[in-house]
Amino acid sequence: MSRPEIRHDVRLTDTTLRDGSHAQAHQFTEEQVRDTVRALDRAGIEVIEVTHGDGLGGSSFNYGFSHTNELELIAAAREEAKQAKIAVLLVPGIGTVEDLRRARDAGADVVRVATHCTEADVSPQHFGVARDLGMETVGFLMMAHRTSPEDLAKQARIMVDAGCQCPYVTDSAGALLMHEARARFEALLAEVGDEAWVGYHGHQNLSMGVANSVIAAELGVKEIDGSLCALGAGSGNSPTEVLAAVFDRLGISTGVDVTALLDAAEDVVRPYLHRWPKMDRNAITQGWAGVYSSFLLHAEHAGERYKVPVPDILRRCGELGLVGGQEDMIIDIALELAREREQG
Amino acid sequence: MSAPATVPAAIVGPGNIGTDLLAKLARSARVDVTAMVGVVESEGLERARSAGVAASAEGVDWLLRQDPLPRIVFEATSAKAHAANAPRYEEAGITAIDLTPAHLGPMVCPAVNMPEHLDAPNINMITCGGQATIPIVAAVSRIAPVAYAEIVASTASRSAGPGTRANIDEFTQTTARAVEEVGGAERGKAIIILNPVEPPMIMRDTVFCSLPEGADTDAVAGSIHDMVARVQQYVPGYTLRAEPQFDPPTEKWGSAHDGSGYGRVAVFLEVKGNGDYLPEYAGNLDIMTAAAAQVGELVAAEMSGDIKGSTPIGERSPTQEAEVPA
Repeated sequence: MSRPEIRHDVRLTDTTLRDGSHAQAHQFTEEQVRDTVRALDRAGIEVIEVTHGDGLGGSSFNYGFSHTNELELIAAAREEAKQAKIAVLLVPGIGTVEDLRRARDAGADVVRVATHCTEADVSPQHFGVARDLGMETVGFLMMAHRTSPEDLAKQARIMVDAGCQCPYVTDSAGALLMHEARARFEALLAEVGDEAWVGYHGHQNLSMGVANSVIAAELGVKEIDGSLCALGAGSGNSPTEVLAAVFDRLGISTGVDVTALLDAAEDVVRPYLHRWPKMDRNAITQGWAGVYSSFLLHAEHAGERYKVPVPDILRRCGELGLVGGQEDMIIDIALELAREREQG
Repeated sequence: MSAPATVPAAIVGPGNIGTDLLAKLARSARVDVTAMVGVVESEGLERARSAGVAASAEGVDWLLRQDPLPRIVFEATSAKAHAANAPRYEEAGITAIDLTPAHLGPMVCPAVNMPEHLDAPNINMITCGGQATIPIVAAVSRIAPVAYAEIVASTASRSAGPGTRANIDEFTQTTARAVEEVGGAERGKAIIILNPVEPPMIMRDTVFCSLPEGADTDAVAGSIHDMVARVQQYVPGYTLRAEPQFDPPTEKWGSAHDGSGYGRVAVFLEVKGNGDYLPEYAGNLDIMTAAAAQVGELVAAEMSGDIKGSTPIGERSPTQEAEVPA
């Protein structure tokens, strides 16, 4: 199986319109999507991800309903992008291959199939269909801090053998410190580097997203994620505009026009932000306790509804070892904390 | 009182599920497991033999040569194997209780729609998440119209076998369909999460149902409690983690397209297994074998013409409850 051509040292994938959907409580409008895609495309970003924050089919009670059907947003993005590929996220267990076929029909070029870092064997069905549909494939090994570099590499192998062209070290909790990220990049590159690219998706909960991206690029990781204004779950993703500026200073080519990207962040995305993701107490707690970044708004909501401290909820999420997708457990934990408080 | 007549049954598929089912059915007064069938020699067959059950690695060919034939077969193999075996069972006049995702017969949840399907030649047990959550959807939908129901099943990674993993879409699609057809929701959605945490987490299920403005929340809560008690009769480890949580109508829910927001009830369940053969955390597997054993019990009662035995379990007298595999 061949891997796609990457023309620069690093290919940036912008996930403002997917991971950013968490911070926007999945309320993106078609106009916002069109404006953002146009600006990213013009700045030279080659892959733009557009989906509900929890991937295809994520619109739900558990994760929040989308304001606008994601298929309409994908189709709008496809119309606006002149050179960029449109990517979608698919989390097996939430979305299905039927969702993938519909996304393909709406114009998606790339699918990023995401599993918890130890559960890659739920993904072959989806990679198989994606390849049959002629799509480019990426594999997200989420919560990558929760397993060892060696085991993460074995999971990447499962994905690559199933048709994944680029497994990712996906630091969903923004928990990986620099040496931990490095060990995982090295392990994946050693295991699959001859036949697939390796990618990195970072969060800023402990302010490591950009630093880890630099380590990644220096080691030969070819695909790196960011979001404009860091718009993403938790305290957000590695800001795409910062990545572009840093890589430019380092002489690592990305093919991106830094000035145009800064304008996109400032003039297009910033005006519509519901919240500018920041490293506040709750988000730092997520990185510190290793909690899935998307839990943030749900924990804030449950904290308010049941009058319990949000950091307490998040810490318990970490203690229980919750994984991505278990947002329902946040309510359960808040109820439990409220009961414990009543019992003194 | 004389003991009720027993009905001979076989288990096809001597893996973890088949072995746990054998342990549960050993307590049945009505179902007498006379054979365990596999396609290769295995520990499961050996365990069955040491429990005094005839066991063969020669597959369904062997089973259908037995005299007398079983009247019930529990199929715990794979969807593909069941699709191949089902016509042969039917031809032999054997009722199939299907624990695979083959979905050839009606989907049955014993606490919800068993009486309608007592004489079906093939009964499908839906999915583990379906067995855990559909009773709750049904409990809500019998009180108030449920335009949309969503279930989230979280299970320990160790309790999800290779079959489930290779075809996880089958779980979400089948369960969603059963949430509609058996649970009574207009539209259903199912989500499954595998969690590898150690020690393994006990199965958890969450059910969200939309509620219209002005729904009688007390009646809904009462109906949910009644249903939990009903399921507990065959799955003792089935419990509510907290009282049902009601949220008032909001524009966020179901509103984007029609402008009329729904309210919501959220129900948090834990399913602890009985620890018969499978570990306690594997509530997802336990609820399948417990539900299948319960269906077997009711089908056997129907076959032996025992009218009392075929009444819905929730309406049974306490003396009869002892006959339910627990």
